[in-house]
Amino acid sequence: METATLTPIVQRGLRARERGGPFVPGEGRTVIEMADLSVYYGDFRAVRDISLKVEEHLITAFIGPSGCGKTTVLRCLNRMNDLIEIARVEGRVSYHGVDLYGKGIDPVEVRRRIGMVFQKPNPFPKSIYDNVSFGPKIAGIEGDMDEIVELSLRKAALWDEVKDRLKESGMSLSGGQQQRLCIARCIAVQPDVILMDEPCSALDPIATARIEDLMQELKNDYSIVIVTHNMQQAARVSDMTAFFTAEVAESGDRRTGVLVEYDTTEKIFTNPSEEGTENYVTGRFG
Amino acid sequence: MTQAVLPPQIPIAEALKGDPSRRRRENFIRRLFLGAAAVSVLISAAIVLSLVGRAVTFITNVDLGALWTSGWFPRRGLFDIKTIVVGTLIVSLIAMVVAIPLGLGCAVYLSEYARPRVRRLLKPILEILAGIPSVVLGFFAITFISPQIVQRFFSGSSLFNMMAAGIGVGVLVTPLIASISEDAMRAVPASLREAAYGVGARKRTTTVKVVFPAAISGIVASIIVGVSRAIGETMVVAIAAGATGGSIFQLDPSQPGQTMTAAMTSLAIGSDQVKGGEFTFESLFFVGFLLFAITLALNIMSERFVRRVREKY
Amino acid sequence: MAISPSTQDVVLARLKGRRVDLKGVLFEALLLLALLLSLSILITLMADVLRGGLGVLTERGFGFLTAGLATFSADTAGVKQGIVGSMLTLVFVVLLAFPLGIGAAVYLEEYAPDTTFTRFINVNIRNLAGVPSIVYGLLGLALFVEVFRPLTGGTTAISGGLTLAVLVLPIVVITAAEALRAVPDSIREAGFGVGATRWEVVRSHVLPSAAPGILTGTVLSISRALGETAPLLLVGAITGYIATGGQSLVEQMRSSFTTLPTVVYSYARLPSQDFREVTSAAIIVLLAVILLVNAIAIVLRNRYERKW
Ligand SMILES: Nc1ncnc2c1ncn2[C@@H]1O[C@H](COP(=O)(O)OP(=O)(O)O)[C@@H](O)[C@H]1O
Ligand SMILES: [Mg+2]
Repeated sequence: METATLTPIVQRGLRARERGGPFVPGEGRTVIEMADLSVYYGDFRAVRDISLKVEEHLITAFIGPSGCGKTTVLRCLNRMNDLIEIARVEGRVSYHGVDLYGKGIDPVEVRRRIGMVFQKPNPFPKSIYDNVSFGPKIAGIEGDMDEIVELSLRKAALWDEVKDRLKESGMSLSGGQQQRLCIARCIAVQPDVILMDEPCSALDPIATARIEDLMQELKNDYSIVIVTHNMQQAARVSDMTAFFTAEVAESGDRRTGVLVEYDTTEKIFTNPSEEGTENYVTGRFG
Repeated sequence: MTQAVLPPQIPIAEALKGDPSRRRRENFIRRLFLGAAAVSVLISAAIVLSLVGRAVTFITNVDLGALWTSGWFPRRGLFDIKTIVVGTLIVSLIAMVVAIPLGLGCAVYLSEYARPRVRRLLKPILEILAGIPSVVLGFFAITFISPQIVQRFFSGSSLFNMMAAGIGVGVLVTPLIASISEDAMRAVPASLREAAYGVGARKRTTTVKVVFPAAISGIVASIIVGVSRAIGETMVVAIAAGATGGSIFQLDPSQPGQTMTAAMTSLAIGSDQVKGGEFTFESLFFVGFLLFAITLALNIMSERFVRRVREKY
Repeated sequence: MAISPSTQDVVLARLKGRRVDLKGVLFEALLLLALLLSLSILITLMADVLRGGLGVLTERGFGFLTAGLATFSADTAGVKQGIVGSMLTLVFVVLLAFPLGIGAAVYLEEYAPDTTFTRFINVNIRNLAGVPSIVYGLLGLALFVEVFRPLTGGTTAISGGLTLAVLVLPIVVITAAEALRAVPDSIREAGFGVGATRWEVVRSHVLPSAAPGILTGTVLSISRALGETAPLLLVGAITGYIATGGQSLVEQMRSSFTTLPTVVYSYARLPSQDFREVTSAAIIVLLAVILLVNAIAIVLRNRYERKW
């Protein structure tokens, strides 16, 4: 089975589809678990006491007003926050039970398994081919590079559009195509989890719809965490939804993000247990 | 594709520790770059050490009375500091009289008045002027500036004189002032200009009353850098100010004079010919240290001003 | 009902403004004058040098470039040693100042944590850039000519080259750091996001993106090194009459030397009219080289100027 070259390295198990249909919340294993996670930027506590579990082969959405710390939490999950000098993490983030901030853990290795797609499409200023092949090359992934590139682009639903122009710059693509290229680049290193930070916020509705469809496809192979401030999007694509909000901090005038409610998307949007969630999802801001 | 088999689980905790050889390489490269960055510190240390040590040798061995006499004649043991310091000041002052109006004029025109096309054409030309070696300007000072300008307006001036040298240095400093202050003015946000136009101000009023004050820190910085550059400028003065070997204390800019830098070159060039006293040569390092200290102080000052611009926008 | 003509006239007159803004016109004229004056200095300088030196160049042509130093007969004076010496010293700039300078910039922009030490290095480099070039000559004299005499051979092209390398190092660092700063962080994040190490991100994405800017800086520093005179006088360039008769490169490096601008200086100090012309001719050669190098830098910059 040739696609084996692209199945996640740690998870190289059964694809969801082969096990007979999509996963439903509560059935799968926990991929990522946060326990009492707090993040500080310098002295400022941006989010506090976040605890939630991300299940495999599901799409987990983070929603909430802007500035409540969704991006901050997301960037903790693959140690992207290490790149911000003043950022500091408290609490525990574990991945298949392994503490990601534990001693001896190499953030580079973490990011290879937990990939990321950013808010603004950010292809490298290089050819489409090089954009995709960079990751596998540095990760030392064996196999025919042409094949890996093709498979990744196919999985990102971009192959048909770019197969004749692989040598052209990734920057020459449209915004939606660029974002799918970024997704292809991400899958090419065979991650286990894909983190997406408002991946559609810079795209038009048609490009957005394509990416949403793609996410449903990708779910069969990967676990996805997506940050979005578009509630319809969360309702459309996600299986689980976490609602964050910002509350005034104990000290000072800045606001600290907290997790208000985490449940199945259906529950969050139809019958939330918290009033704040209801106000938010129905458009009445508390 | 019948039955996919679950392969043995890779111990994730191990896998996440990464490849040790990759990490070692990473650390090695990081140290390499750190080493390159540290070289600059070594250079600074070397400059200070080589200057201070021998400047001290000079000052402890020279007869202190020789530092305040009638002129700078190192081979005769006369090291009148005021001759070369005042000479330097005169030349730098003349240079700034030339360079400040020219440099700021260019800067304001390029930043506020010139159309983009014109600017794209003129800017490189100014950069060419900035790239002309000072030895060339020194020659220009004695073949053109002195006979065609200085001697025409100041009859009785000698061919080699501080005025010609000063003008030459001014020409060198002009593009420097122009470029730094133009950057400062272009950094002033367009919204500020629009606000001024919005209340009906004219272009000149906007430039003088809004843009110029907003960019003043950068403009002051450019002038300080210019002064520092003028004080440290060597070749123009060495060629055009005359006074190879030595000079009496001189206040008249139409006459030959000696600056700190010119004094250093003539000492250095003559070094393997006639030597004066035992410590004559060490005076080179003493003057060098003086020059280093003065320009360093000026540069630190301008740095302060530049930082102020950065903080504002 | 039409607006009465008088109202229309008044409004029109108001909108046209008062009389011509005389002060404004005068102000702009003054600014333009400053610019034109600066440009005319450049033109006068070029014309002056061309008038003085073109005769020698057309008369002797290539012979001027291949003739050696001669301080007593202008007819046989040339710039050969200067050209050879300038090239020899540039070797050190390219081999030492470029890698060290770019390396330092990469450290400061990509690796360095924001510590007191880092800030100190940054300030230090900016101050080094402002140190007068003649002070670098003193450093070269004390360090390369005297302390390292066994290695450099004293007042040799090696000492001259090392001095120039040290002199342009801060320029290389500053321009390279600027080019690196212009690379948007999103590119770095993209690299880290697929599991690249710092060096992999820098090598594969940051450096290539910053290459045009870095290249421009290095070319400019070459032009700066080509024109420097004073520091080389201090490390003995003026006394050197470089041997150009078939020695090995190492022998040439370890013998006394001179460079193009120091040749100009030694001719400029000779009083006779003949030597005025030789000096002008030597200046034309020097300016041609420097302008060429500068032009390359300007073209590079305009060509690759990238807007992110
Ligand atoms: N790099 C940073 N440095 C300092 N503060 C930051 C940084 N990034 C985010 N913050 C602060 O953390 C809070 C949460 O930001 P973010 O996670 O981006 O929110 P969201 O993605 O939900 O809009 C905000 O108050 C923001 O100002
Ligand atoms: Mg965000």
